[in-house]
Amino acid sequence: MKIVVDFDKCKSNAVCMGIAPEIFEVRDDNFLYVLQEEPPESARGLVEEAVRDCPTQAISIVD
Amino acid sequence: MQSIAVVGTSLAGLRAIETLRREGFDGRIVAIGGESHLPYDRPPLSKDLLAGISDAVDIVLRKQGVDDLDVEWILGTRATSLDLGARELTLAGDARVAFDGLVLATGSTPRRLPDQPALPGLFTLRTLDDALALRAQLEAGPKVVVIGAGFIGAEVAATCRGRGLDVTVLEALPQPMVRGLGPELGEVVGELHRDHGVELRTGVQVEGIEGTDRVERVRLGDGTAIDADVVLVGIGVVPETAWLESSGLTIDNGVVCDETCVAAPGVVAAGDLARWPNPLFDGQMMRLEHWTNATEQGVYAARRLLAGDDAADFPAFAPVPFVWSDQYDRKIQTVGVVSADSDLHVAHGSYAERQFVALFGRDGRIVGALGFNRARQVMQYRRLIAERAGWDDAMELARG
Repeated sequence: MKIVVDFDKCKSNAVCMGIAPEIFEVRDDNFLYVLQEEPPESARGLVEEAVRDCPTQAISIVD
Repeated sequence: MQSIAVVGTSLAGLRAIETLRREGFDGRIVAIGGESHLPYDRPPLSKDLLAGISDAVDIVLRKQGVDDLDVEWILGTRATSLDLGARELTLAGDARVAFDGLVLATGSTPRRLPDQPALPGLFTLRTLDDALALRAQLEAGPKVVVIGAGFIGAEVAATCRGRGLDVTVLEALPQPMVRGLGPELGEVVGELHRDHGVELRTGVQVEGIEGTDRVERVRLGDGTAIDADVVLVGIGVVPETAWLESSGLTIDNGVVCDETCVAAPGVVAAGDLARWPNPLFDGQMMRLEHWTNATEQGVYAARRLLAGDDAADFPAFAPVPFVWSDQYDRKIQTVGVVSADSDLHVAHGSYAERQFVALFGRDGRIVGALGFNRARQVMQYRRLIAERAGWDDAMELARG
């Protein structure tokens, strides 16, 4: 599982960080940083929730 | 359960359908939507789409298509009544749809002014068609008057200023966005708009909208008038429940549900029209009109429906509400319950910088937070609110 973020779409709402802070981090510069681009399979549920809840639909999973 | 009908094909309805399939429901799904479009994303309608930065094709909600969901779509057709005993819907044109399970997700519709005329140039903004029609008229460089300084009005004003248009905003209350943010923070938003060249007039009553062949002016309570080429009425929404009046469901500012979003046996509700007691806030009745709730409640309601009427121990729907609004270069976000009668503490910046988090406390708990360009911190407080953290814990995070 690889996480892909479309940074043209991302508007740094940080919803993903609220769901999975060990994977997604919005810093004080207001940019999103993906801390684990290839997270373990055990994180799939949380990543899928982040994909679904992203207000700009900027996150996707590539298997 | 052999068949499920989903009434309403916007975000909540789509998320419910996706969840039904993901959870293994392989029966018939019929989706009924009043608009002719497949599900699309509404937040851009007042922002990027209206600005001309994005287009209809960009806001389709399911880019991979909907074929894999195996749904019978009945679009451009409203449901007109519900017979719970017969477990049957009637649609405009008198077609009938039978169901075993039902998801109610018809959302809300813009509130109108009393005696609001139908005039070219006069708009409400809810649908893609509304947004495209409004955008087409913005091309000519009109003078815009926005009635109502809530979320929609404030965002449309910001987008129109971004297009270089002359914008006047009229608000009946003393500050903009008061209902969502309270007076103190409403004033911060007001200053933001004034600094960006909006003529913001608060505490004014609109008497009527006038024009012969198209809108020409807005008449105010003091007898004066403001010339306008385009008028947007953004005075809130009402839940789309008129079609359910005779259904036997409890309708009271929305479809009233239990704490698991069940409105009647085998009937669940999600999105703008659902009103339910949120146990995270002591059972406060909530009806949320925002994107994130439509997603979360759509997912939840589908799971609840599949669990069956006997699932008495199904965990209640207990989200921390989340709303965002983009205006100029500011991202305004609220989480939890933000109200004027709570304790208020400002951290992580100041009003003057327009970068801060305002924290809201009640009975020793943190219950809400509002951020200006502070997404990172807002989400940290969202977590605290979900954990029912105390005000002291919030103050500790505020100190850094």
